[in-house]
Amino acid sequence: MTHVSNLQKVMDSGKFGVTGEIGPPRGADPDHIIKLARELKGSADAYNLTDNQTAIVRLSSIGSAVILMKEGMEPVVQMTCRDRNRIALQSDLLGASAIGVRNVLCLTGDHQIFGNEKSAKGVFDLDSVSLLSTFRNMRDSKKQLSGEELEAAPQIFLGAAENPFGTPYEFRALRLQKKVNAGAQFIQTQAIFDMDWFERWMAEVRKMGIHDRVHIMGGVIPCKSLGGARYMKNKVPGMKVPDSIITRMKNAKDKGQEKEEGLRICVEMIERLKCIEGVHGVHIMAVMWEEMVPYLVKEAKLLPRPIL
Amino acid sequence: MIRAERKPVSEIARMLAGKKKVLVVGCKTCVAIGHAGGEKEVAELVSALRLVNAKEGHGWQFEQTVVERQCEKEWVRPIEEKIISADAVVSLACGLGAQTIADMYPIKQVYPGVNTMFLGVPEEQGVFVEKCLACGECVMFETGGICPVARCAKSMRNGACGGSADGKCEVNLETDCAWYMIYERLKLQGRLDLMTKVVEPKDWSKSHAGGRRKIVRKDLLIQPTDRTGTEVKK
Repeated sequence: MTHVSNLQKVMDSGKFGVTGEIGPPRGADPDHIIKLARELKGSADAYNLTDNQTAIVRLSSIGSAVILMKEGMEPVVQMTCRDRNRIALQSDLLGASAIGVRNVLCLTGDHQIFGNEKSAKGVFDLDSVSLLSTFRNMRDSKKQLSGEELEAAPQIFLGAAENPFGTPYEFRALRLQKKVNAGAQFIQTQAIFDMDWFERWMAEVRKMGIHDRVHIMGGVIPCKSLGGARYMKNKVPGMKVPDSIITRMKNAKDKGQEKEEGLRICVEMIERLKCIEGVHGVHIMAVMWEEMVPYLVKEAKLLPRPIL
Repeated sequence: MIRAERKPVSEIARMLAGKKKVLVVGCKTCVAIGHAGGEKEVAELVSALRLVNAKEGHGWQFEQTVVERQCEKEWVRPIEEKIISADAVVSLACGLGAQTIADMYPIKQVYPGVNTMFLGVPEEQGVFVEKCLACGECVMFETGGICPVARCAKSMRNGACGGSADGKCEVNLETDCAWYMIYERLKLQGRLDLMTKVVEPKDWSKSHAGGRRKIVRKDLLIQPTDRTGTEVKK
């Protein structure tokens, strides 16, 4: 093994991990990623590069990862089952590992109907759970899905997402367990706005003992505006934004301080996450507002990031 | 049954440009029960095309008929003369019916008058929903009799995904989340252990992904015999 994931080292050593997220541009220009990388460097242990998020055609996750690594930063390559079958997914894992990517996040993927190629044929040959078990076997048993032996195993820290706010609610901790059983070593949750709900979910997770088997990173999104908060509340399936957050954003808007309040709420969320037993990190999804990540981690007293 | 929806009259009219003798053939099986291509719909389409004809002056002459099962040659053969004397055949059967005629009479131009949609059931009067994808490997024994391949927008084997909200699908908030239903069904049956099992990826080679499929039932084949009545190996 040439090197293991920095993110894994941080959380395995018991430190509170931080991941950020960079949305690749809708074009071939690398400068957008380079600019954000330089602004974000040192703020997180690794950075997610989304994989055609919401099914919008963007610069690829692995391509973005190469750009990020050139800046001396560690990527988390997101891989969805929407656009690639098992041949392409396994091939891309081998390719990612070969170029030095050490973190992969296994997702089923947003349905293509949300994106800008609505006539696309969704693949969904695998799903997030079978993707995890496939990748784990490639790494640990040096075998591809068909059972054939690989010439060399990929080196990878395997992640998955989980949404405590999706239905059926009582299945969500079990589904987390299922992902851990399939090979997930770290989990980035759906963005949390209802922290009481999340804490109840974590209590269930602890009761099942899952928190000892996986690094759970709580997902947060800083609200840029009242409109954004309302959009997430009403339009994003599987997201829960309590009225109290909407009220706070509305009051702030009246005072002309929406952005400040959005950031304040986000810092409060991170502070609370740090106190929850079994939560080993935070995943900051500053969508279209990536440049605020350094501010958020500083305010949440998560700096400096450990160098291991 | 096989569910179909009639194509817009304007689309069918465009296909028939330049033709004279038009035969519209319906089917009395699935598409009749599904109100897409039975006797009534054949008559409706011919009436609509006659209006187009009167307005645009195509000079179309119509003949209309319905067969019992358009997907079987035996039922098509009795209308052979009508097919042969037509310039164009519009089939209101599913894709199977249209292709049966097209394959039997390769010189004839056969046009689909419907879009074949899915294998589905009538959920309520006038509402048909997809429930089977004919994937070639039925998995319902472990999903409480609910097919996730057809009823989950992502055909997931380990659902529900994170987009399941209030028991509905992220793709269409009016559609029930298949995995929400599976969870509830298995809970009712005391079989929730099936939800926690990591299910291996599906063998899609048994579906259309493995190439066009064919079922050969040797026990049903008519074996050629020699003069003594002994079966001759093919």
